[in-house]
Amino acid sequence: MSERPIDPIAIDIGEVLQKSVTSLYSSLVTRPTGRAVRMAIETQLHGAGTLSLSLIDFSEVVIIDFSCADEVVAKLLQQFLADEARDAFFVFRGVHEPHRDQIEVVLARQGLAAVLETEPDRFELVGVHSGDEGSAWRTLEERGTVEPEEVEGLFTGDQRAALDSLVGRGLAFRSPQSGRIHALSQLVAHLL
Amino acid sequence: MLALLVAGTVAARAQEGRPKLQLPENADVGGYLARMGFQAAAREVFDFEATPRRGGGGPSDVLLEIMSVAANSDVHEVIDRVQSGAGAILSSKLGYPATAVVQFSVILSEVCQNIIEHAEAPGWVAAQAYNWTKRLGRYVVVISVMDVGRGFRGSLTDEHSARYGDRWADATALEAAFLHGLTRFPDSGRGQGIQQIRRQVRRWDGAITIRSGTARIGQVPEWDDTPPLVDGMSPLPGSQISIILPARLAE
Repeated sequence: MSERPIDPIAIDIGEVLQKSVTSLYSSLVTRPTGRAVRMAIETQLHGAGTLSLSLIDFSEVVIIDFSCADEVVAKLLQQFLADEARDAFFVFRGVHEPHRDQIEVVLARQGLAAVLETEPDRFELVGVHSGDEGSAWRTLEERGTVEPEEVEGLFTGDQRAALDSLVGRGLAFRSPQSGRIHALSQLVAHLL
Repeated sequence: MLALLVAGTVAARAQEGRPKLQLPENADVGGYLARMGFQAAAREVFDFEATPRRGGGGPSDVLLEIMSVAANSDVHEVIDRVQSGAGAILSSKLGYPATAVVQFSVILSEVCQNIIEHAEAPGWVAAQAYNWTKRLGRYVVVISVMDVGRGFRGSLTDEHSARYGDRWADATALEAAFLHGLTRFPDSGRGQGIQQIRRQVRRWDGAITIRSGTARIGQVPEWDDTPPLVDGMSPLPGSQISIILPARLAE
């Protein structure tokens, strides 16, 4: 079970903010700031090839407003979901209570969902998702990985469809080699 | 004070040179103007004889002195400034939790961006705590934002006036932005700033009004008898956003 089918990249938003905008700013506010941060992240990911998993770390961010959340989270996800040439997966780390509302709102507005680390070692599926997607995600999250032959025993028919949907929406990862399905949190665990 | 800055800016457009301003001699009023940083802001708008700063030094209920907002860097400065002292005032005067400073900052950021993105003209922002013992029986924090831009109607006309036909006016433009989140940008991620401000203000049982052109729209709590929509007011260039956040009532 030590397979790591994808090597995650850690991206510290606080650091990106300082490097891409200006070292004078400490908050993730205003749309142009969010856009600059998103573009810096995209630049990093373009070097990562056609398959990537990113741990986007908000731990050092004190304030994030709705405009920045829309640019840095929603538009980033939208862009990569729409890109058929690349598969990009994201886990958002350090999304504590003061940031959570802004991120939930922008995800809901765009019909998106994302995996967030809301407390140390606590991951949640946040945003727009069905009940079956939610329960399938929780089962996967509890187990960390699911072997192809385990799927039928662990998930109902609707949940199996939901599991496929989670993979398609970039909320779970299916190894192209083994067919094993991984919780994203499990794939970034060594970076936490 | 912000309205005075707006009036001065409008007057300057109609005449050559800056209008003259006579500052009040009353020490209390002078002290209040000084605490709010009025003279520094007014220097860009009026010609006046500066008076020595009075009433400073002691503890102040000012969360944010008057700051001009014309660029995104100004929004960053507003947010950086408010981090230092606002949390203590929100907690001591309003009884809000320590984390409220984050939501408060988000509100400020979104209202200031409204100036930059929609007014396309400079504006000002300020925030202060007031003791409204007589009026409400508790403290409030008032956030004021004004600009001398094209107003809500001007911002939305190109994109949205056609569907309203003859009904298109300041009041319908305010309803479109305030109630329905319409914006001139086609991007579906836009237009949520005011909606989210309304939501947070409601959580704190506060009031928010926006005045622009000849109309004013608001979301008013039970303690406020301001009508939710007023039309036919004296024309106001640009827009004025007022947010009143009351102290939490004891459980």
